[in-house]
Amino acid sequence: MDRRKFMKITGTSVGMGVLYKVLPAFGGTPGLDEVLNFRGGKTGEKLAPFTFLQLSDAHVGFNGPPDPLGTKAFERAVELVNKLPNKPELVLFTGDLTHDSEDRDVHAGRMKQFQEIAGNMNAGKIMHVPGENDAGLDGGQLYREHFGETYYSFDHRGVHFVALDNVSRGKPEIGSEQLSWLKKDLARFPHQAPIVVFTHRPLFDLKPEWEWFTSDGDQVLNLLSPYENLTVLYGHIHREHEHIEGKSKHYAARSLIFAFPDPEQTAVKKPLPFDKEQPFKNLGIRIVDERGARQPLGIKDVELTLQEFGELNGVQQIMKGNGNDTD
Amino acid sequence: MTLTDQQKNRIIRRIYLSLSVLLLVLAGLRHAAKADEPAKVIEITAKRFEFIPAEITLKKGEAVTLRLTSQDVTHGFFVRPLKIDSDIEAGKTTEVRVTPETTGKFVTICDHFCGVNHGAMHMTINVVE
Repeated sequence: MDRRKFMKITGTSVGMGVLYKVLPAFGGTPGLDEVLNFRGGKTGEKLAPFTFLQLSDAHVGFNGPPDPLGTKAFERAVELVNKLPNKPELVLFTGDLTHDSEDRDVHAGRMKQFQEIAGNMNAGKIMHVPGENDAGLDGGQLYREHFGETYYSFDHRGVHFVALDNVSRGKPEIGSEQLSWLKKDLARFPHQAPIVVFTHRPLFDLKPEWEWFTSDGDQVLNLLSPYENLTVLYGHIHREHEHIEGKSKHYAARSLIFAFPDPEQTAVKKPLPFDKEQPFKNLGIRIVDERGARQPLGIKDVELTLQEFGELNGVQQIMKGNGNDTD
Repeated sequence: MTLTDQQKNRIIRRIYLSLSVLLLVLAGLRHAAKADEPAKVIEITAKRFEFIPAEITLKKGEAVTLRLTSQDVTHGFFVRPLKIDSDIEAGKTTEVRVTPETTGKFVTICDHFCGVNHGAMHMTINVVE
């Protein structure tokens, strides 16, 4: 058995966010134990099944075309999360928690409002990275006062999570200081370690003329390239997206405010219009697609597949999905 | 003293040679001076959340200087196909020299976050034959 095939991650869209299930694919095998022992020694935890969510781009404070509903989608997402049969242990919020304001007090009020809404979520740890609306104008000062450091890392049940900040320098970039930190942070892990990076902008060139890129993202990916179980989660583009870059898989979550169109289909970056008949259209809530949900990625060692839920039976589908953890 | 014809011819040849060298040097200096000066300067102003003008046209292979200024905050000026990625700081003039190598219509964006409508701040650079 290939020892690298020791885990898989499945992702499930829960309306406006994404639910991920992390589970060891070959639990109980001698090979797996050997591979995982290094993790237990480092973090005190061994790889074990758990679920986490990715939510993104709530833009609290935004209210007007193309979405006149303000925080309604965010609140609805919280309600949906609270109906999950299994409480998610982690929530990763990939930036633009708030909509920018030049008035510091107004912006601070929006950050507090975000915390109030997110605080209603029945979940474990809630971790964040900033978007340019949160930290692009003041270098992240106000963000740090409310949410802590803009980049950091932590371990959870044997998975190493890395939060990267590609917004607070004003430009879409990581910068040399953070790159140095990342290099040191990764140095203690063998190349088989399961790593989840979460950040706001895509680290690859998705659409540079729409500012859907990170100028030194190639340097980040070079540092991450030796790691065989790498997943990168990001937001910013207000639509779902999947991308494979070397050994890494990259996934964008939908927004909680409005959607952008497919850049392959239109030359103009303009939010999709609000549909009052379907107010959460393009923010998620679709029928489950079981395709690939239980297919291991083989030599990539990671499976990360998105499933989409319909509005009426989303929770039931999530419950059904949670019942298949060990497949 | 009377010069022989041979001496006169030698002097005349030297004068011709000196004048030729002088003309060549002057022509070279003139050419060098022309090469140092851009053929064209285009002024572009950035302000929340637009570039003025919103569209310019350049000629392929022709050097041009883009003289960039900001009326308010720091803006970015980014257009990857033309290999331009610059900041425009308020109160300063930023000059970018470019010689387009390919024709096309290139969207240029502000890539330094400047406020709520930052994502809509862009202009177009056309490059024609």
